[in-house]
Amino acid sequence: APAMAEKYGLGRPALADEIAAWDKDVAPDGTGLPAGSGDVLTGEEVFADNCAICHGDFAEGVDNWPKLAGGAGTLDHDDPLKTVGSYWPYLSTTWDYVNRSMPFGDAQSLSPDEVYAIVAYILYSNDLVDEEFVLSNENFTDVALPNVDGFILDDREVSEKHFWNPEPCMTDCKDSVEITMRALVLDVTPEKSGED
Amino acid sequence: MTMSFKGTPSRRAFLKGAVAAGGTVASAGAASAAGDPLITEVQEWASATGEGVDATPYGLPISYESDVVRRNVEWLTADTISSINFTPIHALDGTITPQGCAFERHHSGAIDLKKEDYRLMINGLVDQPLVFTYEDLERFPRENRVYFCECAANTGMEWAGAQLNGAQFTHGMIHNMEYSGIPLRTLLEEAGVQTEGKWVYVEGADASSNGRSIPLEKAMDDVLVAFKANGEALRKEHGYPVRLVVPGWEGNMWIKWLRRIEVTTQAIESREETSKYTDTLANGIARKWTWEMDAKSVVTSPSPQAPIKHGHGPLVITGLAWSGRGAITGVDVSVDGGKTWQEARLGAPGQDKALSRFYLDYNWQGEEMFLQSRAKDSTGYVQPTKTQLRDVRGLNSIYHNNCIQTWWVKSNGEAENVEVS
Repeated sequence: APAMAEKYGLGRPALADEIAAWDKDVAPDGTGLPAGSGDVLTGEEVFADNCAICHGDFAEGVDNWPKLAGGAGTLDHDDPLKTVGSYWPYLSTTWDYVNRSMPFGDAQSLSPDEVYAIVAYILYSNDLVDEEFVLSNENFTDVALPNVDGFILDDREVSEKHFWNPEPCMTDCKDSVEITMRALVLDVTPEKSGED
Repeated sequence: MTMSFKGTPSRRAFLKGAVAAGGTVASAGAASAAGDPLITEVQEWASATGEGVDATPYGLPISYESDVVRRNVEWLTADTISSINFTPIHALDGTITPQGCAFERHHSGAIDLKKEDYRLMINGLVDQPLVFTYEDLERFPRENRVYFCECAANTGMEWAGAQLNGAQFTHGMIHNMEYSGIPLRTLLEEAGVQTEGKWVYVEGADASSNGRSIPLEKAMDDVLVAFKANGEALRKEHGYPVRLVVPGWEGNMWIKWLRRIEVTTQAIESREETSKYTDTLANGIARKWTWEMDAKSVVTSPSPQAPIKHGHGPLVITGLAWSGRGAITGVDVSVDGGKTWQEARLGAPGQDKALSRFYLDYNWQGEEMFLQSRAKDSTGYVQPTKTQLRDVRGLNSIYHNNCIQTWWVKSNGEAENVEVS
């Protein structure tokens, strides 16, 4: 840190209660988790009351709303189904996001125990725990999601190194140009202002 | 928005003028033997008076420009609250995006947050956790910088093929504004970053929070805590009263309604950097932390929403180019689908991580064109074709599609979004 940085003396110290009220993020190593617990069957009830109207009774998703379960083994398919079970690397993210931003339209209304229960139910819906499972701050980091190793750091500067090419082709770059796809054939563009 | 008229003679003259104007449009401005009545007859606006200066305390564009608006594509998202709309780039020129039609992307809607209710907290690995009011922020030394904000998903619907017919829809998740604000570095130094601090976690005041992790190196470099854009307060939908500006990096990280900055040892790996804004490759492995937006360009006119209506002869081919890694150094344009290229003219020298406008002044004789543009940036990066991108990434990346766009301009001047071999 730049120890010699000029200070302006603006702002005031943040109080412990204020930090606790806003600093709710949970890191992959469990940092930030509050004490609490919840089991799958409780989670099923809380989910039914607060979540199932959009995400389905089994976290399978309703209409266009996100599917939270399913899709295992589809990531290399033409149309992968990316859910907590099939795609998300860390359970901390599920806890953190549900706690802070769900239910959609009534965020920050769940107690920590309710969040633990919902997360336990989402694990169950993804066939990752049995129905006896109890999730708590103590066993939280024992749970490893299937796709924990499914991510690499941005490697564009290596794998796309050939895009750095100060002298690209200017003439005679290819022999022929044929149309291979047309947007008008698909016809999914809104027509005019006000019609969408 | 209507003109006021004094007395019926003027009104009759106005109506007569309107009819004459309609006929003139049909003949494409050509003067008849009697001369163009828009010139030979006194027009209402040259005789009566227009609106007074008290009519419009804060103005909107004239009604004839009513198509230059944001557009929504209903089927893209489950609802309009966590959704996207599109900047009408097909109709704009220059580089500065008017705030009123600059795209929006929210995850739990555009919230209404008064300056009086605004608080910014800095906590975590700092010597002194701090709370700032909006007034406090206005007392720190300020900078002005122009940067583009491009959604990571811009052009994302086009990965699998040509889908949406218009530059607004294929490339309009972008805006470019002049920001006034404080370097994030200044605020972090005010709190005193401790040596263990390696990341900052930034989040908004809205229900979605949109939390993202940013490496401390970037946070101390060029990130701004901005409260003015294009000279005035941020619009509600763009984060009023304070947003983060993260030059060159994907728009999701430009946290709106910024409420907290936490210095941490590790990335939080929040929902917006695990489930979302990670880029799945063909083998099912996904890239994470793909922050930079690579060099990209698009011809905005002619384009599907901006067809050629003026017949043969001089034609202005124009568009936008930008790079999150540096300044645009040049743009090549092809009218034959990439067989041959010529260098376009930049409207102004390229600026770091900001939009550049390019022009190619062309003599069009009604021939079919496959219009393409290819951006080059100060790092030597050249905008790739979609085929080149797919060869590395497959079809399921969703984000970061910076491929060369092709418009098929037909002999009647209409244009269509196509892919070509």
